[in-house]
Amino acid sequence: MKRVYVNEEWCLGCRLCEYNCAFANSGLGDMVLALKDRKIFPRIHVEGNDSITFAVSCRHCTDPICQKSCIAGAISKADGVVRIDRSKCVGCLTCVLVCPYGALSPGEDGIMQKCELCLENACGAPACVTGCPNKAIVYEERSDPE
Amino acid sequence: MGIEFIYPEFEVVRDRDRCIACRVCERQCSNEVHSYSPVRGVMISDESKCVNCQRCVSLCPTRALKIVKSNCRLRENANWQDETVKEIYKQANSGGVLLSSMGNPKPLPVYWDKILINASQVTNPPIDPLREPMETKVFLGKKPSAVRRDSEGKLDFSISPQIELAMPVMFSAMSYGSISYNAHASLARAATELGILYNTGEGGLHEDFYKYGSNTIVQVASGRFGVHEDYLEAGAAIEIKMGQGAKPGIGGHLPGTKIVGDVSRTRMIPEGSDAISPAPHHDIYSIEDLRQLVYSLKEATEYKKPVIVKVAAVHNIAAIASGIARSGADIIAIDGFRGGPGAAPPRLRDNVGIPIELALASVDQRLRDEGIRNNVSLVAGGSIRSASDVIKAVALGADACYIATAALLALGCHLCRTCQSGKCNWGIATQRPDLVKRLNPDIGSERLINLMSAWRHEIMEIMGGMGINSIEALRGNRLMLRGVGLNEKELGILGISHAGE
Amino acid sequence: MLKEGKIRIPSGCAIAAVISREGDRMTGESIVSAMKPMHDRSNGLGGGFAGYGIYPDHKDLYALHLFFDCRDTRKSCEAFLKEHFEVVKGELIPTRKMPEITDEPIIWRYFVTPLRSVLADLQLDEKEFVARTVMKINTEMKGAYVFSSGKNMGTFKAVGFPEDVGRYYRLDEYEGYSWTAHGRYPTNTPGWWGGAHPFTLLDYSVVHNGEISSYDANRRYIEMFGYKCTLQTDTEVITYILDYLIRVQGLTLSEAANVIAAPFWSTIESKTDDYERNKLKYLRTVFPSLLITGPFSIVMGFDGGLMALNDRLKLRSMVVGEKDDKVFIASEEAAIRVMEPDAENIWAPSGGEPVIVTVKEGKF
Repeated sequence: MKRVYVNEEWCLGCRLCEYNCAFANSGLGDMVLALKDRKIFPRIHVEGNDSITFAVSCRHCTDPICQKSCIAGAISKADGVVRIDRSKCVGCLTCVLVCPYGALSPGEDGIMQKCELCLENACGAPACVTGCPNKAIVYEERSDPE
Repeated sequence: MGIEFIYPEFEVVRDRDRCIACRVCERQCSNEVHSYSPVRGVMISDESKCVNCQRCVSLCPTRALKIVKSNCRLRENANWQDETVKEIYKQANSGGVLLSSMGNPKPLPVYWDKILINASQVTNPPIDPLREPMETKVFLGKKPSAVRRDSEGKLDFSISPQIELAMPVMFSAMSYGSISYNAHASLARAATELGILYNTGEGGLHEDFYKYGSNTIVQVASGRFGVHEDYLEAGAAIEIKMGQGAKPGIGGHLPGTKIVGDVSRTRMIPEGSDAISPAPHHDIYSIEDLRQLVYSLKEATEYKKPVIVKVAAVHNIAAIASGIARSGADIIAIDGFRGGPGAAPPRLRDNVGIPIELALASVDQRLRDEGIRNNVSLVAGGSIRSASDVIKAVALGADACYIATAALLALGCHLCRTCQSGKCNWGIATQRPDLVKRLNPDIGSERLINLMSAWRHEIMEIMGGMGINSIEALRGNRLMLRGVGLNEKELGILGISHAGE
Repeated sequence: MLKEGKIRIPSGCAIAAVISREGDRMTGESIVSAMKPMHDRSNGLGGGFAGYGIYPDHKDLYALHLFFDCRDTRKSCEAFLKEHFEVVKGELIPTRKMPEITDEPIIWRYFVTPLRSVLADLQLDEKEFVARTVMKINTEMKGAYVFSSGKNMGTFKAVGFPEDVGRYYRLDEYEGYSWTAHGRYPTNTPGWWGGAHPFTLLDYSVVHNGEISSYDANRRYIEMFGYKCTLQTDTEVITYILDYLIRVQGLTLSEAANVIAAPFWSTIESKTDDYERNKLKYLRTVFPSLLITGPFSIVMGFDGGLMALNDRLKLRSMVVGEKDDKVFIASEEAAIRVMEPDAENIWAPSGGEPVIVTVKEGKF
């Protein structure tokens, strides 16, 4: 299945992906209304230093360790996508602790959130990918997703 | 600052209502115009550093930014214009030659815009390129003057080496060093995909790009940077650069700060040393010397590669071209005075040389008058901006066109004319790794392919309208052109009639 | 208004031709009649004919047909000719006075042969010399115009409808083994006889229907080789191109056809025969500026044969028919049916496909 991949060779560290992610998941139609004068809680994070940067988001692992560790059973996987059921999450942060990629983080309200490939929001396709100015983030099928 | 102060040329206009302080502008500006004020929680800017490259404008996710020309002007004076006075201030401050980049921005005549193209009505039919074949393939190179046959009467097919182009456009010389690795990669990949050629410029050929050799013109310029046997063998053709339209009569200077890593290795000069191309080739002080270099290069490559001689369009261009056509060169590339340099003194750029339209027309006619037009193909460059410019150049007599500025625009260039700074925010005219990576060749080559494919479609449409279904029937077909608002002399040189005639 | 030659005038047309493979001689009557059903393809502003084998008594001499504007021009031109040629015979071309044809110039013909001493002096072969002399008269001698210059052939043309032009020149009194004909529909009034077709150089004559879009590319190329396009007509430039390719470059008729109506690159690449593919590629690479685009159908007459050719898209009508040893070519089948009601094998050659018909060796 298609997943979000990052080519760090082309990542400019501009962090547009973070803002596009936050906007996409805000439920609002205007980026200014959604993000102005607010702290953002994106589900993708640009990591790195002066010489290298790359964006990190959920890998949608074949055998997700976050799902196994969730004490509330809030994390599930269906059709290849790992999702969080907001109504079940208790905010214990166990998933944050176990995820080797740092792909989960608490949202503004303390409930865990992670990349769900923009399948549930109005975008339909990952906003970080469409908004990346240098094709550093791509959404594609690869033979070996791991 | 006092007397040395010159008010900034541009203003950064930030719409505070829209700015979300994402700091993308700050991260993307190599000139350090933008910064975030943690105290006030807003973005601020230092417009004195702004070159108006529009990188921040393009990447701002909320369209909160625009760059406008500053309206702090001197008192109006038609003779002493603002620009002129400020140049004097700059020179009084520095004592130096002014430096700029890209083509002549002055309002000198653009003859392409005063030439109109014909179309078929009634007496012969236009041809629809969607339904009929429409051919844009051209061969560049010397054509034999007589057909030869063997003893059985069969044709002897051996002819001088030719360049085959799927359309009459090539990417002209831009050296590795003046532009980035990724810009070269984009050009090489696009040329290969398009079935045309790109040109290494004078900085040698990076080892990674030898695989694109059959779509590469390797250049030999006065500095001879990166020239060696394998390099000459690598390309489909060799170009001797005698001059450049933007700065005829002067050489080049790539500052040592850009001679880093691979650029140094490819140019075969030490890191950090300035790469200075002499004004002349010091083994060419006359036409007979050029002939020797042409044949030296042919000897070195066993007469398998056509040799191009590139010259700037100067006053005596017709006679110069006639000399070159008799020098053994296979192709003459003429570069008009609006050509874009990576760096040039604007005083030269804006005042030396002549327009490509007039140069091309007079060269083509001179070579025909002398019966030697078949000795060479003609390539016209120096601000070919669109498919219609290509059509007009071919109809005036060009076999193909060279484009560079248009290609850079496709790669992201916003014509800020500060390539010489080495801080190109679009990753083109820079060697800073963090900036170079901004040009992803996947995107760059695709955009070049898009641009050329679009032009090819337009060329086919215009040709079809004229009832011409092959580009060679357009070459030198000046009856297909008419001038508007041109005087008798200009029409005479262009060899075209006025509209209505 | 500018006369033809000062300005380019496009025109549409009718063409017809007939040839006997056995070299049987036919009077001009039939070809003149062939033009009648195609009357509407002309507009009365030009018609003409070429006949081959019509001067058997002077077959080794160049037959120069000339228009003169006045007696003085003729006198000075004759003096010029005598300096370069042995003029065996000079006479008025017989015509018939008729109301349909007016404003006629003085029309003469001369049977000549170049002086050996002149040829030796200029180091030129005979044909090249005659071609250059024709070019010289037509460009430099005001009021004189050579409209036919081959051996044992002649062109007859005028301003008028072709069927009238044929009667005017009394073509029923000539006999030839092949004839070509032309009726013209210019979009402007040339009012000059030299502009009518066929256009000839040496024994090549061309009748043409169409308006080529490659004109100036072709003209500016061919003028590099000593040709002067004084009329600015398609027919003129096509004649010079064929002369250059066939006489000067030594191409065969079909090779010349491959140059001017070259197959598309895609067609060339699909050829399986190596020699054929390489030949077509070679010819297009070497002579790109002689590719003719835009609509045309032409019939070229030459010593001992005819070649008919359409542009590569076939944008003009042209049909061919046969009967016994005769081959007929015309813009419309109706014209063929007038010449031979029982014509067989009527077919329309495809674009770029030359139809070459020659008289049997020794029969002309």
